[in-house]
Amino acid sequence: MAKSVNILINNTSYELEGQAAHATLLQFVRQQAGLTGTKEGCASGDCGACTVLVRETESASPTFRSINACITPLHAVTGKQIFTVEHLSDGDTLHPAQAAMVACHGSQCGYCTPGFVMSLAALHENAKGHDEPPLREAICEAISGNLCRCTGYRPIIEAGLKMPQFGEHALEVGNIELSNTASEAGHASYARPRSEHELQAAMRALPNAVLVAGGTDLWLEVTQRYTPFEQVIDLSEIPSLTCITENEDNLVLGAAVRYAQLETRFKSIPAIHALLSRIASRQIRNRGTIGGNIVNASPIADLPPLLLCLDAELELIDDEGQARRIALEDFYQGYKQTALAENEYLARIHIPKTQLDDTLHCFKISKRFEDDISSVMLAVRIASSTESDKADTVRVAVGGMAATPLRLPQVEAALKGTDIGNPDSLARAKEALQSLQPLDDVRASAAYRMAMAQALLEKAWRAGRATPLSIWSPETEGDRHHA
Amino acid sequence: MRKLPEAVPHGSHKASPEHESAIKHVTGTAEYIDDMPEWPNTLHIATGHSEHARAKILSMDLSEVVKAPGVRDVITVDDVPGNPDISPVFHGDMLLARDEVQYVGQPVFAVAATSLEAAKRAVRLAKIEYEPLPAILHPKTSLAQQDFVLPTHTIARGDADKALSDAPLRTQGELYIRGQEHFYLEGQISLAIPTEDGGVHIHASSQHPAEVQKLAAQVLGVPIGLVQAETRRMGGGFGGKESQAAALSCMAAVFAVRNRCPAKYRMPRQDDMVQTGKRHDFWQRFDIGYDQQGQILGVDCELVGKCGCTADLSDGVVDRAMFHTDNAYYYPHARITGYRGKTHTVSNTAFRGFGGPKGVLLAEAMIEEVARKTGLDPLTVRKRNLYQGDRNTTPYGQKVDDEVLPELIQQLETSASYWARREAITEFNRNNSAFKKGLALTPVKFGISFTSKHLNQGGALLHIYTDGSVHVSHGGTEMGQGLYTKVAQITARALGIDYSRVRVASTRTDKVPNASPTAASAGTDLNGMAAFNAAKILRERLRDFAVKEYAIEPEDFSIENDLVHLGKNTMAFPDLVKAAYFARVSLSATGFYKTPRIGYDRKAAQGRPFLYFAHGAAVSEVLVDAFTGEYRVTRVDILHDVGHSLNPAIDIGQIEGAFVQGMGWLTTEELVWDDKGRILSNSPANYKIPTGADVPEAFHVALFDQPNREESIYRSKAVGEPPLMLAISVWSALRDACAAAADYHYAPPLAAPATPEQVFFSMEAARAYRADSTHRKESEHHDA
Repeated sequence: MAKSVNILINNTSYELEGQAAHATLLQFVRQQAGLTGTKEGCASGDCGACTVLVRETESASPTFRSINACITPLHAVTGKQIFTVEHLSDGDTLHPAQAAMVACHGSQCGYCTPGFVMSLAALHENAKGHDEPPLREAICEAISGNLCRCTGYRPIIEAGLKMPQFGEHALEVGNIELSNTASEAGHASYARPRSEHELQAAMRALPNAVLVAGGTDLWLEVTQRYTPFEQVIDLSEIPSLTCITENEDNLVLGAAVRYAQLETRFKSIPAIHALLSRIASRQIRNRGTIGGNIVNASPIADLPPLLLCLDAELELIDDEGQARRIALEDFYQGYKQTALAENEYLARIHIPKTQLDDTLHCFKISKRFEDDISSVMLAVRIASSTESDKADTVRVAVGGMAATPLRLPQVEAALKGTDIGNPDSLARAKEALQSLQPLDDVRASAAYRMAMAQALLEKAWRAGRATPLSIWSPETEGDRHHA
Repeated sequence: MRKLPEAVPHGSHKASPEHESAIKHVTGTAEYIDDMPEWPNTLHIATGHSEHARAKILSMDLSEVVKAPGVRDVITVDDVPGNPDISPVFHGDMLLARDEVQYVGQPVFAVAATSLEAAKRAVRLAKIEYEPLPAILHPKTSLAQQDFVLPTHTIARGDADKALSDAPLRTQGELYIRGQEHFYLEGQISLAIPTEDGGVHIHASSQHPAEVQKLAAQVLGVPIGLVQAETRRMGGGFGGKESQAAALSCMAAVFAVRNRCPAKYRMPRQDDMVQTGKRHDFWQRFDIGYDQQGQILGVDCELVGKCGCTADLSDGVVDRAMFHTDNAYYYPHARITGYRGKTHTVSNTAFRGFGGPKGVLLAEAMIEEVARKTGLDPLTVRKRNLYQGDRNTTPYGQKVDDEVLPELIQQLETSASYWARREAITEFNRNNSAFKKGLALTPVKFGISFTSKHLNQGGALLHIYTDGSVHVSHGGTEMGQGLYTKVAQITARALGIDYSRVRVASTRTDKVPNASPTAASAGTDLNGMAAFNAAKILRERLRDFAVKEYAIEPEDFSIENDLVHLGKNTMAFPDLVKAAYFARVSLSATGFYKTPRIGYDRKAAQGRPFLYFAHGAAVSEVLVDAFTGEYRVTRVDILHDVGHSLNPAIDIGQIEGAFVQGMGWLTTEELVWDDKGRILSNSPANYKIPTGADVPEAFHVALFDQPNREESIYRSKAVGEPPLMLAISVWSALRDACAAAADYHYAPPLAAPATPEQVFFSMEAARAYRADSTHRKESEHHDA
């Protein structure tokens, strides 16, 4: 039964009657709302020209999330308030993000500019109440999903640094309240269940439906391959799938937990946090989910090697509510093939808590530091008693080295029980790596991938419990400023 | 006009007024073609592509395409009413393929539908039978098979062979340099609206509206005057919308006229990356002779451009690569041969630098060979070979007589503390095997003028209205580089009035005819000078009027700081304009400019292709992970010569932007093709242009503030392309870091782009060299 559903764009409410299940937010914003300030640069979530803000009402902070409108399903944001660039200024008074961009000569061709302005505006608005001006790192992070081909970024970063000097003007959120019913499952072919019970019912009712959480990969089917999804079930409004909980033994991550939530949760574990900050971009992390990263079954997904090292288990549930547990290791069965049955969904990821106290090393090799897909991922976990140098438990997992993310028991066996850093066991472990057949593609050659798997394993093993130095650690630069 | 309006108020003067559209950019109100309101009957275009690098088309069954939902029209080459060959200079660029396809992605038919999605879905329903033919995919193969799109050209001086065989030291090598995807943020787009008399009005995202107009008229089979093309702004061009934009406009024009409704052709990003030309790959061989002091005695270079399946603009691209194979260095004896290699890949095209970067990179790569063999610092070798004194003639006979670089480099090596850092870095590298640092200072000398002489002309149309507001049109297009802002500044300055009075109008072929492309960095030089000349004409008309009207001497008339001086009296500019209007003085003029004193004799391979050279130098420092090849650019210092800057903020923006774009070309941006001729790097997910985090915090750009010795507009210099080549310092710094692994005795080969993978393999080569020479030394000891 179709109820009236609507969306608030800036301060105008729009009915979504008649909009296809696969419609994107960008198409609606530009073609229906006529707000052409938001641009399409790539329609794949890679360039950020389409960046808009979604207002977060559940939590206190952050209040505004930047997202890629181009790959956001329109119906995924019903009942929410979206802000576009048109809303930032108040008449002739520019928002500080805009004023700073003008003053710093931050635009040239101007096509990417609205996207940058929105990313900076989110940073500015979310920093309200903090006295500290934004740091360069925070600005780069905020614009990590925005490409500019003209300026070389220097003036844009400067605009970010100077934003606080450009007045008090804030984003006007208005006081239009969207009724609760508006965000309920209101579209005949786009279901938004509010509980797993409803989800199971929806799966039974719409057996051909695709399941979507963030859509940051799935919606490329729509925008790049022009595949019309007739039926969609959206998981993002189900509290039991979008929360992080703990029980005595395990940390339990809902499958629809966004990367952004993981970033908050794992702030205290530097190896994991650093890896998360290199997954895609700010905009993608604001929508993409851990479940999507797992179920998508890409051999070069960033999280699976880490989760394999953590002995993660998946909780799969079918459309009748029947649950089962499977080790992540057993989940991947071939290139883009998993153990997930047609009528099942991934509900939760269970991680034994004790593993999080072990030494973890995550390495990602990619052509570009930010917002790039890895050519090689390597994750290592080493457990040892504090008094001894012996590695009691070793887990090693890789991405990009086979058709699936892979745990490497033979490599582990070579290292297990030996002293951390022991060169002989390392040599045996490296030898064990040789049996792999890495991918050979646009991102890297097989030869480089093999060399990297070995180099990264050596780095991890040699570092032991310490954090390995990298070109990104300030110590490495050392005497740079001697002159 | 019966009653005149009030004068427009004017604001204050700024040395660097912001981009004329800056506020529109940040508020999202700057209008690009896809933002224009659409009529409900607008058709959206998509094309069906070849899946073969080279094949004969045996049959084409489009019946399912025609029947697909939303489809309104389907055409093949036979439906083009006029001439479907849309080549910019030569021939062979077909709007739609006729019998044979020449690259994967070549359009073979086109669909117009009610939406882009409907058109894209429909094209997949075509059934086309091909007979695959042997294809050439690499420039090496083009050379081996002597298959060229255009004849080979050679520039020679002295006796290169003798110089090489007599030289005390000699090195030979080769270098493969990959091309680059433009990745303008606004993809290719055109909107054609039919007019009542059988022509079209075209909104094109094009650097060359006059060519769009000419080619659209040609495919329609109508006189040029029936077609008008208009470009308000592009969301980036970089050369990619010089010749490549025309195909979209021609296609839209054909559908618009056939169906009597607006037709829009907006290429989705992936189509754009597959179907449109890019920067050329170049395969190069060199042979260089020199002495122990690092002085170059002779060079023999062969450059093979991967032109793709047609000539497009490749003649000029390969020529410019050849003209820059010296970069800033004097070669007493030289032979430089440029081949235009034919490959069955998309026809490559203009890209910021236009071949120049390939020549410059080759020169710098050769310098490094000399440095490692002689044990000199690369900077010492660079300085020793700069054009200087009587060693100041290029191999093609043009004199480099302004000696900017020796002084500029001196300033930069001091301000960037090159030598102190060199010492510290060498020390760091000696004590560090896990990480290596690299440092390089590289210069650029870039010739300014189109090498096709006839393109060196500009036109402008200037109107003064009765409220004192001024409208200027010119032949140049705005792609973000700030041309409109500079032309407005020039017009205001030439008239003596405030900048705020001047508006630059959308570029239209019915305002300024037959305009050259906005390219070759020459936009301001040509169009700025044309606007200046138009302003001069109107200023003189106003002076002549004032002399008569107010009985003053001509020398008593001036307009300064927005005020008209008539001897001791003054009056407001709008008042003078009103008085002139009532006295029936024409307040509209055209201005024209052609670049003087240029000409290149292609037969003799001698002459003066360039009016002047723009110069610059950069010092880059990198930190490399020696075991993974990952790296970070940690500091960049640039000193660049823009003559007297017209707008320092815009010029610095061009320098920074060009540098980072060049850095992308040489680091993370890797064009990858498979053995079937398909491009694998076909989306921003697998083709990585730099992001903010790739740009170092220590990024210092300064202008070398000396007037242009030539009479350019207000003694400024062109700035669009030259600084792109400053990024070669990043490539050289990476190679320097790799050379450190061989104690600087060896210049390890480093591919371009130097992705982490390539840096890793270069580092491996350096380590292997070191192990080898240690081994050699040990066995020598043993033998002794």
